[in-house]
Amino acid sequence: MLQLNSLQVAYGTRQIIADLSVAGLRPGTVTALLGPNGSGKSTLLKAIAGLNRLSGGQVLMNGDDLTHASFERRARQVVYLPQALPAAVHLQVFESVLVAANASAFGGPTGGKSVDGVARVDVTAVQSLLDRLGIGHLSMRYLDQLSGGQKQLVGLAQAMIRRPRLLLLDEPLSALDLNYQFHVMDLLRQETRENGLITLIVLHDLNIALRHADHCLMIRSGDLVAEGAPSQVITPATLATVYGVAARVEPCSQGVPQVMIDGLHADVHA
Amino acid sequence: MTLPTSITAAAPAPDTASAAVNYARIVRRRWMLVALLAAIIVGCMLLDFTMGASGLPLAELIQTLISPGSADPTTRVIVWDIRLPYTLMAMAVGIALGLAGAEMQTILNNPLASPFTLGLSSAAAFGASLVIVLDLAIPGVPVGWTIAGNAFLFAMLSAMMLHGVAKWGGMNASGVVLFGIALVFSFNALVSLIQFVASADALQGLVFWTLGSLGRADWTTLGVLLAAFALILPLSMRDAWRLTAMRLGEERASSFGIDVRRLRLRALIRIAILSSLAVAFVGTIGFIGLVAPHIARRLFGEDHRFYLPGSALVGGVILSAASIASKNIVPGIIIPVGIVTSLVGIPFFMAVVFRRQLQ
Repeated sequence: MLQLNSLQVAYGTRQIIADLSVAGLRPGTVTALLGPNGSGKSTLLKAIAGLNRLSGGQVLMNGDDLTHASFERRARQVVYLPQALPAAVHLQVFESVLVAANASAFGGPTGGKSVDGVARVDVTAVQSLLDRLGIGHLSMRYLDQLSGGQKQLVGLAQAMIRRPRLLLLDEPLSALDLNYQFHVMDLLRQETRENGLITLIVLHDLNIALRHADHCLMIRSGDLVAEGAPSQVITPATLATVYGVAARVEPCSQGVPQVMIDGLHADVHA
Repeated sequence: MTLPTSITAAAPAPDTASAAVNYARIVRRRWMLVALLAAIIVGCMLLDFTMGASGLPLAELIQTLISPGSADPTTRVIVWDIRLPYTLMAMAVGIALGLAGAEMQTILNNPLASPFTLGLSSAAAFGASLVIVLDLAIPGVPVGWTIAGNAFLFAMLSAMMLHGVAKWGGMNASGVVLFGIALVFSFNALVSLIQFVASADALQGLVFWTLGSLGRADWTTLGVLLAAFALILPLSMRDAWRLTAMRLGEERASSFGIDVRRLRLRALIRIAILSSLAVAFVGTIGFIGLVAPHIARRLFGEDHRFYLPGSALVGGVILSAASIASKNIVPGIIIPVGIVTSLVGIPFFMAVVFRRQLQ
């Protein structure tokens, strides 16, 4: 259970998140974090991951306060995937994921039977994760030879190989084609269920949130505006107040709710 | 790109095992490359050792090396006090600068970072100039060590200033790089100022110092530099995984549980010690700290378990080869090796860069 108690984050004197509380995100659920540009989504994720200093409040993981935990202790539970794609460095896909597994202070080259300093269990775990993400065939390619979408998938693999309890993903679909967007969301949902993860994803595509998320948080200017099931959070009313658009949410011919945007909301800036 | 037909079936793909095999093969190939580079260094050192102004025959050199007692005193001095320290110092400075440059480019995430482009050598030259021209040495340093002592002190000072802006200024990598460039210009201006007021003799001494020469090597300085390298290399290797993770991006690295600031500070201290010692003992031999990491990256990729020792070895090869060249370009004269490293190394470096662009 992830609990946020009146979180406050400021950059210098500029308050980004004033007082944000979330009662509880349960293990095994995928939560979509929605909100317009500049609403504080990335700031919130980084704050939970401990990459932004909090000016107040608490992040509780099963009642355990992560706010004052050491880098290593927090990194064992939480992984944050930045919005930026992994840098195009001269590392093979396979070893870049291996690095993520071995990177932290507590990790080191892990135990088990060693193959040239690398634990065999890690080598197979890395390859099977790449296979599940559909990029197993790229494992010996170099990152600086990959497309944007391929790099994004590698970044996702780097986050998932760490087997966190709490997975924080900042727009993991932004560079992916339609096919992979669905594939990744399905995979995330499956991993989340099977391993009892708490997954929090920043999404811009509301239809993906409606279809794939179990739960939604919608924020604006650092305030939580709505929380609940996707169909309760994504409504014409919230879309008008938060995004400033006139929209309908209607079931498609297969009964799945779909967002349709009709235009800008008349009194957006009123 | 092909997708697995069934997403829910998480069955291991058939090539999982072969990926492990492939990777093991790559790792093995890299170790062989490390061994090859080490062999090249030994070869270069042997060649370097046989060359010199005295024109001693190979048999006599080897004889003197094996049993110093049986050789005549002049030959013994040439072999044990001139040739051997000189040859070993070329290798030692090369590996020290290669390692320092490799770490620096990683922690500052900048391909132009090196102990020499960020002010350490300029600071060292300033420290040396204070002694050579103005006779201002740090009190308590024994005579004969004053130039090296002052150079070391100022190189450390500039490194600590870089460290300071990273630590207390809260500056990011590019801020530190810009500060380093500012240091280069400041210390160069100060050196020029001192040259302006220097006497002709002192000026000549200073210019010669800044050219960088292995002729100053002796067993003490060699021992100090090699000991520092032997202490620092294992510490660098302990951070190898973390440094590789830094290459994936700072935010990513910190989300993997790496304290990026601490890592950067640790590395800066290691860099400061290695490059300050090197520049203090042999003068400003630029270029190696900049180029060796680029070549190592091409040869080994960016897994720092190989890239760090690889860059050190490449540095050793370059400087050993430059030392050979410095004895042969003009017959009978040893050109200061600092000049040769740039002249010999630049075509090589450009070849590496252009090959990369063409790929």
